[in-house]
This record gives sequence, structure tokens and C-alpha cells, in this order.
Amino acid sequence: MAETTLEHAAPVAPRPPGLRGIAADWSSDQRAFKNVSWGKAMMWIFLLSDTFIFGCFLLSYMTARMSTTVPWPNPSEVFALHLFGQDIPLILIAIMTFVLISSSGTMAMAVNFGYRHDRRKTAALMLLTAALGASFVGMQAFEWTKLITEGVRPWTNPWGAVQFGSSFFMITGFHGTHVTIGVIFLLITARKVWRGDFEAGARGFFTSRRGQYESVEIMGLYWHFVDLVWVFIFAFFYLW
Amino acid sequence: MAQAEAREQGLQGHAPLHQVGHAEGQQHPIRLYLVVWGWLFILSAGSYSIDYFGLQGHLRWGLIITFMMLKAGLIVAVFMHMAWERLALAYAILVPPLLILVFVWIMVLESGYTELTRVLSFGMGP
Repeated sequence: MAETTLEHAAPVAPRPPGLRGIAADWSSDQRAFKNVSWGKAMMWIFLLSDTFIFGCFLLSYMTARMSTTVPWPNPSEVFALHLFGQDIPLILIAIMTFVLISSSGTMAMAVNFGYRHDRRKTAALMLLTAALGASFVGMQAFEWTKLITEGVRPWTNPWGAVQFGSSFFMITGFHGTHVTIGVIFLLITARKVWRGDFEAGARGFFTSRRGQYESVEIMGLYWHFVDLVWVFIFAFFYLW
Repeated sequence: MAQAEAREQGLQGHAPLHQVGHAEGQQHPIRLYLVVWGWLFILSAGSYSIDYFGLQGHLRWGLIITFMMLKAGLIVAVFMHMAWERLALAYAILVPPLLILVFVWIMVLESGYTELTRVLSFGMGP
């Protein structure tokens, strides 16, 4: 029984490389993911389902844009900002991209320091990640405000195809929600790291399982996924 | 319930909370993350400059897709540690999203048909 609910990675027998190894793992009893804890496996499976959700959003956007007979608004102009006396295309979106990538970098290093039991650096890097995430959400709120004051609604906009507004609010809204939830969980996990919960193996309030630094890595998986989704939104919605 | 308690006790008896000095979880040099971070910056700057310099047509779309896939690959492989996971997990997570491409193909056919009927019914040429 204990084997099916391993809390952390256990040493396992080697497998042949390639597809034969996969078949051997999947056809063995009880556990397909041999050296992955249940927490990490479930986070990956959740992220897979979230991939399909965002995949469907981007697909519906693609369908709307391909099937409309009215010209699509030019995102390069719609998201331009007037700075230093000239219009710079997409500049806010570019800054948001760099902020989110930086937050992914600090998160990756937080995971690394976590496994080295350096809890001060881990907590500090997680707080920095949360701050960058919060500033991303702030810039998104600014962008929404700008577009709403310019007359963009889910059913209309001043520049062209009406589906532009609904696609924009749907896709960036859901992504922003994901970032916001991520920031909240980053703060909760950072507090646990700071208090030394994972050093002492304190029990979690919900699952009452003993805390481990793997929680930081699982938190990181979610955060990197949020960054990953933004890569696709940036390419398909803003650049295309 | 008693069984679960016994199991917890047993687990505590066998396994220390963390083995100090043993390799635990994913251990990689910080330098690796900084290098990947740098590459993500370069690739993002590349995709932004596509728009800044106003490239058009197949060159634009090709570059957008290329930079996007490179960034996604770096994030998944290094930041999310997929490069070091067992293949059984990597294939279980990375192969199913490819089905979205089938969905894309279906919806491309569908939107072509929708546009055609819109042009025929409302007479608004593209």
C-alpha cells in the first residue's frame, strides 16, 4: 500500500530505453510513473487538462478569425502605446512577456534552492516571483482599462471584426485568472518555506501530509505552465 | 483508520524526513537556469522584433511559430524538468496535446465553409 502512495521519488529498477521502457512501465502493476510522486503526477495531469482548455480557447479564436468576412483589427496598432512622442507597437505586451519570463527564471531557481534546503533564498525567490506575477496582472488590468475606454466590448469594437473583443477578453481573462491564482499559491507556499514547515515536515492543513520541498517544485510546474500559455497567446493573439 | 495510523508510523520509522547529504529531487547547476533564462529573453526579443520591423507573409508566420516552439520547448524541458523525467511520464503528458492539431485541421475546414456561406448569403466579399 505504501508503494502506491509514495510521498517522494524512490529508487527504481532500470528499464530498456525508448518505447520498450514505456511499455514496461505502463504494463507493470500499480504504478505507471515509477519515480514520480503522486503530487507531481497529478499536477502534470491537471496541466494536461488545462492545456486542452487553453487549446480550445485559441482554437475558437482561430475559427472566429478565419471565418469572419470583416477585416480583423491589427493587434500591432491596437496594443501600441504612445511613449516618448511616438507610437511603439505592442510595447506593453513585450514588457509583460519579459516580466513573466523573468518570474519563471526566479521560480526555477527557487525550486533549485529548495532542494538544497536553503529556505531563505527559496522564500525570497518565491516572493520575487509573486511580485513579478502581480505586476503582470497589474499591467493586464491597465491594458483592459485602456481597451475598454477605447470602446472595446465583447460584442463590438471600433476597428473591425466584432469577435476581436470576445476573443481578447476570454483568452487574456482566463490567463490572468491563472496568474492571480498562481500568485496566491506562491505566497502561501513561500510562507511555509519561510516558517521552515518543509524542514520540520509539518503537516498540511488540508491533506495533513508531511510537507516537503517537492511542493515548491510542484508549485513551480504550475507557474511555468502559466508562462508557457502566455508564449502561445503572445504568438497567436498578439503577433499573428 | 488504525491501519492508516500504523502505516504512518511505519513510514516514519523507515524513512527519515529528508536525507541530508543525499541527492534529493532535481539537482542542476544554477548556471543552467540562467543560460535558459537568457535564451528565453533572446527568443522573446526576436519575436517582438518580428512585429517591430513589420515582417509579413510566410516569413512572419514561420518565425513566429519557430520562436514560439523553441521557447515552449526550453520551458518544458529545462524549467519544468521534463528532460530528466522518465519517458513513461513525458510521453503521457506530451503526446496527447498533439491531438489538438487534429482539432485545428477540423476547424480550419469548418471555418472555410462558414466563410464561404457568409460570402454567398450576405454577399460581402473578403
